[in-house]
Amino acid sequence: MSLRIVVCVKYVPDATGDRQFTEDLTVNRDDVDGLLSELDEYAVEQALQIADEADDAEITVLTVGPEDAKDALRKALSMGADKAIHVEDDDLHGSDVMGTSLVLAKAIEKAGYDLVITGMASTDGTMGVLPAILAERLGVPQVTLLSEVKVEGGVVTGRRDGDSASEQLEASLPALVSVTDQSGEARYPSFKGIMAAKKKPVESWDLEELEIEADEVGLEGSWTAVDSATQRPARTAGTIVKDEGEGGKSLAGFLAEQKFI
Amino acid sequence: MAEVLVYVDHVDGAVRKPTLELLTLARRIGEPVALALGAGAEATAAVLAEHGAVKVLTADAPEFSDYLVVPKVDALQAAYDAVSAAGSLVAVLVPSSAEGKEIAARLAVRIGSGIITDAIDIEAGDKGPVATQAAFAASFTTKSVVSKGTPVITVKPNSAPVEAAPAAGTVEALAVTFGALATGTKITSRTPRESTGRPELTEAAIVVSGGRGVNGAENFHIIEALADSLGAAVGASRAAVDAGWYPHSNQVGQTGKSVSPQLYIASGISGAIQHRAGMQTSKTIVAINKDAEAPIFDLVDYGVVGDLFAVVPQLTDEIKARKG
Repeated sequence: MSLRIVVCVKYVPDATGDRQFTEDLTVNRDDVDGLLSELDEYAVEQALQIADEADDAEITVLTVGPEDAKDALRKALSMGADKAIHVEDDDLHGSDVMGTSLVLAKAIEKAGYDLVITGMASTDGTMGVLPAILAERLGVPQVTLLSEVKVEGGVVTGRRDGDSASEQLEASLPALVSVTDQSGEARYPSFKGIMAAKKKPVESWDLEELEIEADEVGLEGSWTAVDSATQRPARTAGTIVKDEGEGGKSLAGFLAEQKFI
Repeated sequence: MAEVLVYVDHVDGAVRKPTLELLTLARRIGEPVALALGAGAEATAAVLAEHGAVKVLTADAPEFSDYLVVPKVDALQAAYDAVSAAGSLVAVLVPSSAEGKEIAARLAVRIGSGIITDAIDIEAGDKGPVATQAAFAASFTTKSVVSKGTPVITVKPNSAPVEAAPAAGTVEALAVTFGALATGTKITSRTPRESTGRPELTEAAIVVSGGRGVNGAENFHIIEALADSLGAAVGASRAAVDAGWYPHSNQVGQTGKSVSPQLYIASGISGAIQHRAGMQTSKTIVAINKDAEAPIFDLVDYGVVGDLFAVVPQLTDEIKARKG
């Protein structure tokens, strides 16, 4: 029996670019290059490794986003995923995590799945709540923040490294897994992979196909509202001294002045 | 009076500092009702009352420690139902730990409420509580409200002072019914992290971090010695963690922990955007780096251009001398 894996990926503005908000206080995607969120590369990598271990597996990468988001799907396909689904609709603009998770959940159900894999957070919103919300919406066990993951005989096991303890987790499929950047370096697409990706199927779905009303998503359907976004004032230039033998002492003087000592 | 439900993070009855900070914020928008779960839940009541909890709801069951996250969501939902039924609930506040965010998120879906994570401040507003967040590696500050349902907000450590404000703190047992999903993810074993005796990274008032410039695991003792002289937590940049010099649990940055201490000391860290994302909201920032062009110097209140192997030990000695 084939193991159906769906990997959710996000197309995000490059963090090294000058990221801004637009007038409607959504993320400005025009002026900064986008790319597959680095944290989602780990999810794709683990999917590939799990598929390698399975007798028969199929990996579908799924994203919700504008036209450019196809770039994220192409990257995942060139790493080795089998096919892709792109959910695109003008009414999705400005969706918050509740709207986005609703679309992902409906798309995952429509695609069919035994295992859903996501990254631990996106590198733009950085909330880190989407995996838990997806598990809640899908009604499947959440096996999240794993630094090691294994699937065998319809059971997923993994290690979750928390602040105070390291836990071994176990759940039956279908399940939702999220992986951390400690789960294992993501592979680079090979030339062969990049060429093969061009021939892999990318399906495009809109809200109608997922039976979602426009007012359930987008800015209007958002359950949260950003009232204001202000650029933090540049920090006033600090004191910079060159160490000529007394650097540590002068720094101690500063810390004492600031009452840290 | 409007109630604010506060999820308590505690270790066997010892309430962790971020929860006490939540109580300070909660009192700005209503009367805090605290929910404490698991072993020692009842023992939290005294300290919670001292910090303003008018009521402490408690529950204990093996499910809380044997299964991941969902049993705690079931309990929080039971508390939400109980408090909403008895009065007017204005917000649910949860500490922004990895688990706290997952618990809050699942509750938000269940009760049909919007969620705001990693708030660094909360104030009362016309449209309900207004939460301040740091966005885009803390280069922006946003203010948001929840427009649907009872606001669920997770709050980052070090976002408010801990203040004493004695209240009744009546203890009440909460009845919790676990749903079918509660036992979905079993915790088959747990290995406690070895205690270093230093403060927890995200909660610490002072963090001393080392990066690529530390140049080897064997040199991290220099960073640790400085941290110990200040009673600080030790952090590390991704470069240092990826090189295997320091554990991932101590990583500060976008893919590690986000810290917001009173004082952040970066040693041998250049200040790539991913690192800045995790420390830019620190109140006072200090850096020591050989490279005068390192971007970290754009952020600092005080910077020393110099070799950390000379500057850091001298600083540690000077601190010890001044402290006597």
